[in-house]
Order: sequence, then structure tokens, then C-alpha cells
Amino acid sequence: MKVDFWLNGVRRSEEAQPDTLLLDFLRSRGCYSVKRGCETANCGLCTVLLDGKPVLSCSVLAVRADGKKVVTLEGLQKEAEEFGAFLADEGAEQCGFCNPGFVMNVLAMMKELEDPTEEEIQEYLAGNLCRCSGFAGQTRGILNYLRYKKSQGKGASKA
Amino acid sequence: MTYVNKPVRKTDAMALVTGKGVYVDDLAPRDCLIVKVLRSPYANAWVEEIHTEKALAVAGVVCVFTYKDVPQNRFTLAGQTYPEFSPYDRLILDPHLRFVGDAVAIVAGETEAAADQALKRIRVKYRVEEPLLDMRRAKDNPVLVHPEEDWEIRVSVGGDNRRNLCSTGCEEWGDVDKVLKECRYTVDRTYHTKANSQAMMETFRTCCYLDHAGRLNVLSSTQIPFHVRRIVGRALGIPASKVRVIKPRIGGGFGAKQTAVSDVYPAFVTWKTGRPSKIVYSRYESQICGSPRHEMEIRVRAGMDEHGIVKALDVYTLSNAGAYGEHGATTVGLTGHKAIPLYRHTEAYRFSYDVVYTNLQGAGAFRGYGATQGIYAVETAVNELAAQIGMDPVKIRELNMPLEGSPLHGYLDSEMADSCALDQCMARAKEMMDWDAKYPRRDMGSGKIRGVGVAMAMQGSSIAGVDVGGADLKLNEEGTYTLTLGCTDMGTGCDTILAQMAADCLDTKMENITVFGVDTDTSPYDSGSYASSTTYATGNAVMRACEALREKILEFGAGMLEADPEEADFDGEYVTCGEKKVSLSEIAFAATCGNNKELRVTRNYSSPISPPPYMVGMAEVEVDTQTGSVKVLDYVGVVDCGTPINPNLARVQTEGGIVQGIGMALFEDVRYSARGAVMENSLMQYKIPSRLDIGKVRVEFRSSYEKTGPFGAKSIGELVIDTPSPAITNAVYNAVGVQFRELPITPEKVAMAILEKEAGEKG
Amino acid sequence: MLKIRNYVKAADLAEAYELNQKKTACVLGGMVWLKMGNRSVSTAIDLSGLGLDTIRETEEEFVIGCMTPLRALETDEGLNAFTGGAMRESLRHIVGVQFRNCATVGGSIFGRYGFSDVLTMFLTLDSYVEMYRGGRIPMEEFASMKRDRDILVNVIVRKRPLVCAYFSQRNTATDFPVLTCGASLMDGNARVVIGARPSRAMAVQDPGGILTGFGEMTGEQKEKAAEAFAEYAFSAVAVNGNMRASGEYRALLVKVLTKRALRAVGGMGNEG
Repeated sequence: MKVDFWLNGVRRSEEAQPDTLLLDFLRSRGCYSVKRGCETANCGLCTVLLDGKPVLSCSVLAVRADGKKVVTLEGLQKEAEEFGAFLADEGAEQCGFCNPGFVMNVLAMMKELEDPTEEEIQEYLAGNLCRCSGFAGQTRGILNYLRYKKSQGKGASKA
Repeated sequence: MTYVNKPVRKTDAMALVTGKGVYVDDLAPRDCLIVKVLRSPYANAWVEEIHTEKALAVAGVVCVFTYKDVPQNRFTLAGQTYPEFSPYDRLILDPHLRFVGDAVAIVAGETEAAADQALKRIRVKYRVEEPLLDMRRAKDNPVLVHPEEDWEIRVSVGGDNRRNLCSTGCEEWGDVDKVLKECRYTVDRTYHTKANSQAMMETFRTCCYLDHAGRLNVLSSTQIPFHVRRIVGRALGIPASKVRVIKPRIGGGFGAKQTAVSDVYPAFVTWKTGRPSKIVYSRYESQICGSPRHEMEIRVRAGMDEHGIVKALDVYTLSNAGAYGEHGATTVGLTGHKAIPLYRHTEAYRFSYDVVYTNLQGAGAFRGYGATQGIYAVETAVNELAAQIGMDPVKIRELNMPLEGSPLHGYLDSEMADSCALDQCMARAKEMMDWDAKYPRRDMGSGKIRGVGVAMAMQGSSIAGVDVGGADLKLNEEGTYTLTLGCTDMGTGCDTILAQMAADCLDTKMENITVFGVDTDTSPYDSGSYASSTTYATGNAVMRACEALREKILEFGAGMLEADPEEADFDGEYVTCGEKKVSLSEIAFAATCGNNKELRVTRNYSSPISPPPYMVGMAEVEVDTQTGSVKVLDYVGVVDCGTPINPNLARVQTEGGIVQGIGMALFEDVRYSARGAVMENSLMQYKIPSRLDIGKVRVEFRSSYEKTGPFGAKSIGELVIDTPSPAITNAVYNAVGVQFRELPITPEKVAMAILEKEAGEKG
Repeated sequence: MLKIRNYVKAADLAEAYELNQKKTACVLGGMVWLKMGNRSVSTAIDLSGLGLDTIRETEEEFVIGCMTPLRALETDEGLNAFTGGAMRESLRHIVGVQFRNCATVGGSIFGRYGFSDVLTMFLTLDSYVEMYRGGRIPMEEFASMKRDRDILVNVIVRKRPLVCAYFSQRNTATDFPVLTCGASLMDGNARVVIGARPSRAMAVQDPGGILTGFGEMTGEQKEKAAEAFAEYAFSAVAVNGNMRASGEYRALLVKVLTKRALRAVGGMGNEG
């Protein structure tokens, strides 16, 4: 079936089987940032933005992307570098395998929540598992990033 | 020091945070065959007939292999130095299936759909036999997990396949029964730890292809490239020289990837077909046929005098190897060797063990490697003694813990605690937790009670007399260096910390050091990253390589200056002799022209001792006495890993280990159904901690200086998972007075135990 | 693996209904459950082009389109104001934000899953489903109906003034619930719903009238009634064991959570 959609801002017209999952569809089109950590919608590694909302690409049919805007980390490199630097400065990126999904969801959170508390941050990101870091370093990185963004003035270089 | 002991950013950090395709499945050739394995539905069965014709008829299916097709040399998948301590008890495919999930057949297809379809079309007639599922009944059971004649173990560890024994042994010092008898306070308790899954985010996966020379290239998510080279060679019945193993970035390991779980399947397919192939384990496969932590039952007899001095420890460990013996004989050793020496006044100890085969998923290495289980048992037994004598468990430890220069009874790899700041760790943890104010409990009203608990731990730094760290260092023509390694960064950051060390040793900037690894064709031999060895062993190799290369540079520069090397000096940028000087890049360029002196060195390091790092963990929990929920509010970890080479990475290692430990203590469990199938077979059922499950985790360092370590460093990677289970068990006890001796401590167990206790008090 | 032969984005409900009459057809919800199974679907019917993903609030009711993601319910100001935040509480533990952006209210309710927080929550309210053919059906009746080939179009919540509370016990923060419990106080009477028993959520009947006039009781009377009803629920609510907990423990939780929920709707704080 034909899927007309925007991938990272570029209009694409592609073929997909009715049961192709968005995750596999995106990887087969070179979006290697999109990872699979489970088959049960529990890990958050495959998070992408669908019309601006973070979703699990393992649970979305590729054909449902028709007419929609799909954004992966490949399309948010500048933002990923900006936030990622704060993560890196804690050493909290560790093995990195969960990073793309995690960074996607942090960026989604930045858009959705205004000035989130630490509790709100933890709840928003609860669906992003990480087995290396123990999460504390991720939280430090996010809080530093939020402080930095605040000091930069609201909305500066937001995606 | 410019870099050592500084929070330097990891050299691969930006590639990882921006999601670059640097892992096995991102790098695998696009035209790879997809390899899948048919898994046994039975815990103990024989393949009587197997028909593959219909599977081969599926469009896009390239090959289907059964036990009839594979070489007949048994091997182990354990990533260990040769000769391995693990029995040769495996074939790539075996007609005897020993657990639910064991490999029955291998399929390779042009697409995943084709391979899946083929799996469904293989017809197997099984002869199902009674499985052996209970480790307590395994020894000398008439059901034999490995009845085969060609079962073999090359190191004497007491294994005997006719008795379902993977290993057995006993070590004794002094008359433990006599000393116990003399003790005023004793406990005799049995503790039960369950299998846990490492659940690294990247599941097992391997890609293989043949190169221009017809050699088998293995691109693998592994901690043990050099062992994989040997294992694949042996399994395929080809010389190891035909095998090249490459490790790209890998998505976590925690010991799981110290076993070559996935490598032999695509290796066999590629070797047979000549085509590139890959296997990517599903999470389901990672859970049911991975390499989880050994389930253990540990009986501890401990004795204490009236002053709170621990006098004797008798530890017996029964360890469940499952169907295959990888790491069985070695993990069990740590249950005694890393737990008994935590008590410096013991006058006698005994440590005995059995490691048994059962028809369950084969266990393997998991961070802590037996020490985690042993320390949980011994620390909990001591906490039970503390309760008996009515002393603060912190006080008991202050009286008994290893101090710098004190003996380490029962530790085989160093006689003395040469570098040890455990006392400072305890003092600092006590302050951070505000222990004296919080011990033992605080009633918060509404059925909520808070309690605090404590435990201490030690581990090793590399396997003494066995592990080899390797470093190869060369000067490039523009005056930069390439550091080639054989150890395996799995996200831990060893590539970075070794570059930090090298930069300081060479008086240069980190940007001037390119770290390369791992490729068994070009990397120096290294045992791999396990056994808490890399910082210590490979770190020392790096330092030696730097020292040796500096000498060569100095000599070379002095030669250019026509000076005596004895009178010349190298400061990292220039070789100088009096007024004369020559720059590093001038030296490097000179070395590329008409030169016969190599500015390249390779150095090994293997240590005769294994200096232990130490740690104190303290937990504050809140127990909901009605629902049984246990919330970890605060976890304090204070660590002596010697000099932290990179404080950020050491901290994150610690936080990560503590959180895995919290999972082990409170909810992680691999359980089996009555027919031997894993129940927690997905991340939906096997719950690892989310960020909402862990409370506050706070880490500090109190560093001793280890003379034999690079820059005074010891290890950190494994130690950090050891304290949560005993500390949380102790905190729950202090909160509600219920003593748990089995993990995990689930809300149901807590609620039911409180009810039982109340009923007992009333009745 | 899920196999789908045809995918149809329905032009209207009539077409969707027509297609769905075949046994092997399937209406797609949020896909989070569907894709985990090994089903072979002849025609997957997508309702996402029909504008059924919104929450409309009128004077009398909330009309929630079947394709509304759980996350939208969780963050809807009107629903949360009406339920005193119980709606959010019932949803926020479900896996993660991305999961709840996928999972739909229609999929959750139509599936009538035993573990469903969503079904427990809606049973706590005066709610209905609107089926394409079957029309409006009270939620309690729908919950006990067998699955059929009708299409769930909307979930309706009538704005009968109420106080409500939602509690769940979980082994980990984002795991399936071991037990769920909703309570509400409508027209002066209290009502308790227990879910994840582990079978389907059910309203606990009150044949003895223990909770009649709960709203008008004194603090002490409420305390007694909550205690009594918790004891009653403990013996009356059928529970079982599964991987996550035994029946015995669930029975204990029925008592604990029922009491907590009743105390919460009785304005006595939510603890104890």
C-alpha cells in the first residue's frame, strides 16, 4: 500500500505492507536511531513523533502514518546535540541504546510541559527504560538542560 | 594529572545521544540472511524425527539445519580464558533438548517472514522425558541432564555429569564447628536468591560474513571477542585463525554477553552458505534462552561473641546451573570468596558448594557473578545476629570490617586489605543517611513505617593470575597516537578512561589519542571486559605501553639531536637536551622515512593479586503495612574503588548497579512453569526498575590508593550491585520486624508475612 | 507476529460495520495489544479518519470518541475537574506517555480486559458506551456482555455530580495492576468497583445497604460503614491468583483498597 507522509520534514511516498510496523518501516528507510528493545510496548526505545506526539513506533502500523508527519532523531539532530551534551556531561548516556527513544521523549516533554517539576519529569519519562544508568544521571542532565533553556529565555531554539 | 580523576565526557557520547547507527544491526550488510532458531517446547526431550522438506520449500528459505548437519565437538559458550572452567557440554544443535527454549533447528531466509514461515513448517517428533526442574533434587538424581559420553571438563572443578554436578568443592580454615560452638550467638539460616535477567536494552545479536580471503568475520554484540574467536572456531570445527571477531558499540552487557549466546548460529549459516547472515534475538529469546544469574540457595552458619565480634562463618552454596554449565564453577566461588573476608576477626571458616544441572535455562554471568548472592546471604545472616545480640548493625560492621592492613580471611587473591577505606565509607554513609536518627524505624502513621538497613560489600579487580589486559600504542606521523585495545567498552566508558590514562601518561591532549577496538585481527589480546578487570588490568597495560613508548620516543628524539638519551628529556611535546630540542611531530615524521626503529609498543598486564574495591550501602524504605508495598525512599552508596579515573562514569556505574540491585531485591524474578517454561518471558512480565520505582539514589566516594592499580585505581563495575539486596532486606526487617530470606521481597510476601506475624503475636 | 492481509481506512461507520461482520476482520484501536498477538487479520479496519478522537463536553455529559488516546483522557481538564483527578490517577500508571498516546479508550473498553484500569474507572462513573448498532448501553451491562461484531463509537460519561477516587496496587509503578478499586459518591450513595481481580472489573453490589446514605453520615458512621463494606467486599468479591499475585493477597487488597477508596470519597483523607 502507498503511504504518503513527511519523514523528518521531507515529503515521501513509499510502499508498505498492511502489517508493516512503523518501527521496521523507518529502519528500512535508514532511520537507524529507531531501536527495538522489546516486543511488548514496554521499553520506549522506538519512540518517534507522530504529528508531534511521542508514540511507540512498534505499535503503529506504517500505513497509519499516511498523511502524517513522522519525526525521528535523524530529524532532530541539532536538538539532540543540545540536550545530549547535558546527558554526556553526566556520563549518563552509557551504552546509548536507549538514548534515541529517551531523547525523543525528553524533547516531546519540553514541548508539552511548561517548567516541569522533577516529579512530572519522572512521570513523563517513566515509559523510557534504561538498564545502565540507574536514571539519576539522566535526571541531573535534564535538570541542567532545563536550567540552561530557562537562562536562554523561553522557547529559544525549540524544535 | 590533567585527565585522570576528572569527569571527562565519553568519546562516543555525541554519536550515542544523537542516535547514530553504530550497533550490530545498524552495521549489518543489507543483504544479510535472517537466521532464526526453532526452540524446544519441552524441558527434556529427544528429537526422534525431524523433517525439513516443507520448511525448505518456503519461498525465500535458503537453508534449514538440524543436529544431523553440525560438527560433533562439544564446547562451552562461556567467555573464559582457555582452558575454561566450564564444561564442554554443548553442540550447535543436539538431538537431546535440555530446556524449554533449547535449539532444535536453524533456519536462514532472505526475509524474516520467510524464516518465520519455515520455522512453522519443520516437523519434529519428540520423545519427551521427565525433566529435572528442582535444583534441590538434582545431585545424584536418576534423571541426567548430560548423560552423554563425550561430556568433558578440562579443569578439575569437581564436575561429574553422571551425578548432575557441574562443580563441587570445599575449602576450610580452622575448626569452624568448634569455634561456632564456642560462640555465644549463632544463626543457621538458608537464603534463596532467584535467577535474574540482565535485560540489557540491546538483546543478543551477531552478524557474520566472509571476507576476500574466505575468512569468517563475526560482528558481534559481545564482551569477549577473543573468546568468541576460539569458541566459534571450535564449534564449527575450523581453525580459530579463520575467524575474525569485531565488536562495535554494544547496547549493554552486564555479563550476559560474557557468554557467546548468539554467535554460533549465524556463524554456521555463513560458513555453510557463504552468505552474510545475522541473528537478532527477540526479547522473548533473550529472556528464555539467554544467560541469567544463577539461582542459589545459600546456607550460612555464623557465630558471634558477646562483644559483637564475628568469629566463624560456614557457607554452603547450592547453585543452579540450568541445562548448560557456563560460568557455573566460577560464579559459585565468589559466593564465599567475596563474602567471608568481609569479617576480619574470623578464627575459622568453611566454604563448600555444589553446582548442579537442571532442565532449566542455562545460567551465566551477571554483574556481581556470585558475589551478589553470597554477600546477600552473609550480610543478612550478620544482620540477623545483630538483631539477636541487640546491637546496631552498623556498629557490628564497624567492629568487624576489613581495615587497611588487616587480613582477608577466605580471600584467595590477596592476603591483606592493602588499600581499604571501608571504614570511611561506613562513616560517610552513616552521615548521609542520618542513620542514628533513623535507625531502626519511624512510624509515619496511617500504616506506613519507615526503616533503614545496611550492608557492605567487596569484589575483586580482575581474576588474579588469569586475566590479561592488552594495549597497543603507536605514534602516528603527525604526532598523534593510536591506542588499540582488546577490552570491550559496553557503554561503561572504558575506551574513554583508558584514553584519559594514556593522555596523562603521555603528557598530551586526549584529542591526540585515537582509541580503536575491538578487532581480533588487530587488537592486542585481552581477556575481555568482565570480572571487573578492565580499569585495573587493561589500565595497567596502557600505562606500561605509554611508559615504553615514551622511552622509544625519547631515544629516537635523542638520536635526532645526537644526544645521549640519558641526558635527554621528553615532556610530551618536545625531546630536549640542553638547548637543543625536537618536536614530537618532527620525530613522528622522521620515523616514517628511512627508519628501522618502531615507534609502537604492545604491552600486557596480568596481576598476581586482585585488590578488592569496597562499598557500603544503606537503604531507607517505607513499608505500607496494609498492602505490603515497599518503597525505597533513599539509597546511599559510598564506594572505595581506589582512584575514580572518571568520577562521572564511576558515579553512573554505581547508580546503575544500585538500581539493578533494587530490582533484584524487590521484584525481578525469573520463574518457571510446572513444565519448565520461563514465565517472565518479556519486559511486560519481567519488570526491571523504571525511574518511578527507585527513590533517591545518592553516591559518594571515599578513595583508598591501590599501589598496584593504574593511578591508584581498583575496579567498580560489579561491586555496586551487591549491597541493595541485603540492605533492603535489613531495612524491611527494621521497619516491620519481618525477616525475609528469599528474594525478591514482593508486596504480597510482605503483606502476608505481616499478617502472619500479627496473628502469631495475638495467638 | 500479527498478520494483516488488507487495511481499510473506513470512510464511515456503515462501511466499518459492514467490513467488521467477517469473523477474521478486526477494528484497530491503538494497536498496543493487537500487535503482540499472533492473529491473522483478513481486514484491519481503521476508524482514525472519522473524527472520533475527541472529547466533547456538553451540559449533561462527556462524549468521548472511541479513538481518543488514553493520554488525552488523562490530561483532559474537564474530565479531571469532574472526577477530582481520579481520571488521571487511573491512567498515569499505564506503562508510559508514548504507550498512552497510542492506546485508545475504545480499544481498552471494547476489549473488556481483566487488568483494565480504564474499565474500572468508567464503571465508577455513570457511564455508557454508544455502539453503532446497539445504541447506548450502560457500562456495567456492556462490561458483562460477550464480544460481538458491533462497533464501539463513543464512551459517554453523564455529569451526575459525584465525588470519586481511584486506587490501584501494582508490583512496580508502571506494571499491570494487581488490583484496582474505584469508588464514587453519587446522590448521597457510595459505590465501589473492583478490577484486575484478575478477571473483569465489577461493581460491588450492596445488598445490605451498608453504603446507603453514605454522604450524609457522620465521620464516625462513615468510618464504620467503610470498615463494614470493606469486610463485606472482602468476602463477596471473587478474586483469583495469577502470575502477579495470589487470590489470597488480592482478597486482602480488596479490603484495604475498598476502605481507602471509601474514606477518600467520604472526605476522610485517603489513608488508613
